[in-house]
Amino acid sequence: MNKQETTQKETDKISREHALHLLYQMLLIRRFEDKSAELYSAMKIRGFLHLYNGEEAVAVGVMQSLKPEDAIVATYREHGQALARGISAGAIMAEMYGKQEGCSRGRGGSMHLFDAKTRFYGGNAIVGCGLPVAVGLALADKMQGKKNVTCCLFGDGAVAEGEFHESLNLAALWKLPVLFFCENNLYAMGTALRYSHSVADLSKKAESYAVASASVDGMDILAVESAAKEAVEYVRGGKGPYFLEFRTYRFRAHSMFDPQLYRTKEEVEEWKKRDPIDTFAHRLIKQGLINDENIKELEMKVEKEVNDAVAFAEAGTWEPVEDLTRFVYSERKRT
Amino acid sequence: MNGKTRETVKTTYRDAIREAIREAMRRDERVFLMGEDVGRYGGCFAVSKGLLEEFGPERIRDTPLSESTFVGAGIGAALGGMRPIVEIMTVNFSLLAADQILNTAATYLHMSGGLFNVPLVIRMATGGGKQLAAQHSHSLEGWYAHIPGIKVLTPATLEDARGMLWTALADPDPVLIFENSTLYNREGELSVDAGAVDIDHARICRQGNDITIITYGASLYKVLDAADILEKSGISAEVIDLRTLRPLDDAAYLSSVAKTHRALIVDEGWRSGSISAEVSARIMEGVFYELDCPVERICTAEVPMPYASHLEQAALPQTETIVTTVKRMVRKNG
Ligand SMILES: Cc1ncc(C[n+]2csc(CCOP(=O)(O)OP(=O)(O)O)c2C)c(N)n1
Ligand SMILES: [Mg+2]
Repeated sequence: MNKQETTQKETDKISREHALHLLYQMLLIRRFEDKSAELYSAMKIRGFLHLYNGEEAVAVGVMQSLKPEDAIVATYREHGQALARGISAGAIMAEMYGKQEGCSRGRGGSMHLFDAKTRFYGGNAIVGCGLPVAVGLALADKMQGKKNVTCCLFGDGAVAEGEFHESLNLAALWKLPVLFFCENNLYAMGTALRYSHSVADLSKKAESYAVASASVDGMDILAVESAAKEAVEYVRGGKGPYFLEFRTYRFRAHSMFDPQLYRTKEEVEEWKKRDPIDTFAHRLIKQGLINDENIKELEMKVEKEVNDAVAFAEAGTWEPVEDLTRFVYSERKRT
Repeated sequence: MNGKTRETVKTTYRDAIREAIREAMRRDERVFLMGEDVGRYGGCFAVSKGLLEEFGPERIRDTPLSESTFVGAGIGAALGGMRPIVEIMTVNFSLLAADQILNTAATYLHMSGGLFNVPLVIRMATGGGKQLAAQHSHSLEGWYAHIPGIKVLTPATLEDARGMLWTALADPDPVLIFENSTLYNREGELSVDAGAVDIDHARICRQGNDITIITYGASLYKVLDAADILEKSGISAEVIDLRTLRPLDDAAYLSSVAKTHRALIVDEGWRSGSISAEVSARIMEGVFYELDCPVERICTAEVPMPYASHLEQAALPQTETIVTTVKRMVRKNG
């Protein structure tokens, strides 16, 4: 069964409610990111800001089959994952404002979103550094007989780091429940994949470590969802790690300081024709599952959620400077 | 160690550490050991010899040669509820994992605004003196002590080799333990009921009035030898074993220097930017007006460690240098 057929079949049986849920989540990420860019220009948000526009289907599709007890380790381009995982837009926005109501109390910023309730372990901004941590989280689960999986997200650039290779090897060797989810957006900052990988087919690298692998169209939410589901089932079943490549594209600059000299406007426009939100919405309309009115309603709901998040961040407070050196060591005593 | 019995057994630094690991593994099922050659080989310094047979390969885990990833996996396992002891063969190899130690272990608690602490223990061998040359002999513990977010322990005595591990495992934050490899064979008597020790305080190993000699790790024994020799010349040296390089127990050495009015620091690290530089600065900041003479330091010469024995010994701090330095400091300013 090829991917095209999978998609068609999945689309046929998708419930209206679920379709609206997926669409809502993707739209929320898109509008949240647009708002973040705006607030960056307004100097409300500072530091590095990496936006997720164009890649929404990956985060949203992936999160559907994860359970609350599962762990997530993400990169610095993680607003989408955090939102799709259920961290509140307000807590994320407040974090980017540097307010103590932020999900990391304003100590992390855009690149370091953390949340204990949803087992969201960052927000990691050293390329590749999250993979070993994910391996360890999975090791802990396995040693404690828990059925959890750990989902590690990283980019195509990270695949060139030594830690990628060490981590896949170790996870395969110890048969650990890790989902290695690669968001291949074809660029590591300004370096196109073809300039950093001698073997451009990334799943081949996983194969060489005997890690089960697949590649999927990351612009197609339903394809992402079903491929991720398959991977999660495999990993939760105790068969070891799984590498899944999502072929996607980032519509915006790498960060806010990037004149994008390394790619053409035409290339970006070409990819925008495959916008994961537009294409999914059109598909649902064509199938008669939803109509234009429904989309307007969604947009309004999303707008409200984003505006509320901004209001929450604006109303947030600054941690007193006297607290500067807190959280270097734990405040609780040795046990 | 008050109130413990006087009954002792003859043991070695290596065996004391092994006993500490064994006890921790028996007491807490969350504890496991992982690293290169810790299992089937028995540990590159034979510290974990026999533990595989007792605890099995699930808890005594041989890892591939992937320092960055098994240290990172230790961080993840600690976050996930385990109490890993990660062994890195030597401090030089820890540099392949420096990213995980500095950028992940030391930062998670802070970056997450207090949400995620990392109760990880990393043990590694450090130090020169065995003619292992420039890629196996350095003392970088002082360098790690630069990093907020981790704790740095340097057990020198059998008591600390035996007792620091359990306390480190109980600590909610990452702890690095540096074992000077020249100490592994060191023999001595250890109380039969030796167990967990405090890791927050330096220790006065010898009382004295004329000078305070501050040191840690294997240099402690050179300093104690020097103090014996000095006593014969009528110089009474107070010897302080720092034990923990981060956080430093300032009160211990500052009050000693306030009493003796002289301070010498002996440090197996390189002089520039060393822990001895830090201690010296704190003495200046804290008890400058108590000093009868400038603080002095004896450190390892600033060369990559040479192989030839005479050169290596010339590079390392030595008892004779300590003796002559102290005599000069005391006589000139007596
Ligand atoms: C170890 C390391 N090297 C370099 C950087 C600088 N840097 C930040 S993001 C990035 C590109 C990463 O690309 P990729 O993994 O494909 O992720 P993407 O940004 O495309 O999502 C680089 C080089 C870094 N943060 N960490
Ligand atoms: Mg990329």
